[in-house]
Amino acid sequence: MAELLKKEREFVMPGDELVKSMDFLPGRNTFREGDSIYSKRLGVVNLNGRVVSVIPLNIVYMPKVNDMVLGKIEEVQPNGWVVDINSANTAWLPLSGVREFIDTKSDLTRYYDIGDMIYGKIAQVSQGSVHISMQDPRARKLKAGRIVKLNPAKIPRLIGKAGSMVNVIKKYTDCRINIGQNGLIWIDDGNQELFLRALKLIEDETFTEGLTDKVTELLGGKS
Amino acid sequence: MKRQDGRNANEIRPIVIKAGVIEQAQGSAMVSLGNTRAIAAVYGPRALFPKHLQRPDKAYLNTVYNMVPFSTKERNRPGPSRRSNEISKVTRHALEPAIFLEEFPKSEIFLCIDIIEANAGTRTAGINAAAVALADAGIPMRDFVTSIAVGKVNGEYIVDMTGKEEEVTHCDLPVAFMPRTKKITLLQMDGDLPQKDVKELIQFAMKSAEEIYKKQKEALRKRWTS
Repeated sequence: MAELLKKEREFVMPGDELVKSMDFLPGRNTFREGDSIYSKRLGVVNLNGRVVSVIPLNIVYMPKVNDMVLGKIEEVQPNGWVVDINSANTAWLPLSGVREFIDTKSDLTRYYDIGDMIYGKIAQVSQGSVHISMQDPRARKLKAGRIVKLNPAKIPRLIGKAGSMVNVIKKYTDCRINIGQNGLIWIDDGNQELFLRALKLIEDETFTEGLTDKVTELLGGKS
Repeated sequence: MKRQDGRNANEIRPIVIKAGVIEQAQGSAMVSLGNTRAIAAVYGPRALFPKHLQRPDKAYLNTVYNMVPFSTKERNRPGPSRRSNEISKVTRHALEPAIFLEEFPKSEIFLCIDIIEANAGTRTAGINAAAVALADAGIPMRDFVTSIAVGKVNGEYIVDMTGKEEEVTHCDLPVAFMPRTKKITLLQMDGDLPQKDVKELIQFAMKSAEEIYKKQKEALRKRWTS
């Protein structure tokens, strides 16, 4: 069987050849041309079984169904809301996406007004039009607290494997945290200063190994 | 033959490429090729307005090429001109084949190229900077785009003319191509040449541009791995 032309975790650029063999499959951020698989994006190589993919370093959020995102109400219309989700296009929250029953004659600003922040789920994506839904146990309207930004490419690191990283952070900072896949993070209560320091560490050292241990150490726990 | 500035015929001017020069942009790059200096910034993908430009199947690469007023010896009148509109258009066509535009329906990728100092070869410097800026911004691409101008003086081929050389050349031929697949994405010509010469000049340009391609990759590596 053929070998990878790049090492795992190696930095690659668009158009770099990753493997020249039909034994491998192109994963995320890669494409096949002839026998070879090439990188589409700036990132690091990742191999999962026979699937070669590239983990990007810098992206604009692109909505995926079932992602939890933070959004800001941009516009109120008779049949729903336009939501800014920090992506290329705005999302649409229809009346049917809200948990409460809403009489069409009622004033919709009573539920969500312009400028309100929501934590919702991406319900549907088709050709650039995105529907968001509040029908999820985690979804809610956000009151108080503050919003911080992180490059969406780094959000998976903040969450960690099965939430390992964010659980450590929650444990030591006592913050209430809602992470949107779109790169917006809502925090409230607890030691927010400490949270921001941990976030900075994750931002700066996204691809170093043993990051969870480093963060634990920063937060004052033993690793 | 030695040239006016002491270079060999196949030698490009000293080149510096830097990625990530504009903090607010999603991606950016600066290219200086001798005295020519271009800065490219990429914003988005983001929503595209006016709406009639939106395409349901792919993104629109909005390219703006602009020479700043102090870039030339005589003050350059600000604002769009016939020339800058043309270069914006050919730059867009030079870069579009390298980008996976279909991944961002109804959106725009905004690319702004500013020439802050001009001494011939501004469109090629702009394209080189733009390719680095697009990769820096994390836009999915098939390949880089590398660009260089070649010409002919006294029967000899020369690469990367300066402003002074451009005045005496028999012809000026900017080429942009994708270095991995060797596909040409931009080819313009001032002056005239026999068919045979054009073919040879294109080969000559592709060979001379290899150094630029290396520098483009080096710039990105430097920004993202240190």
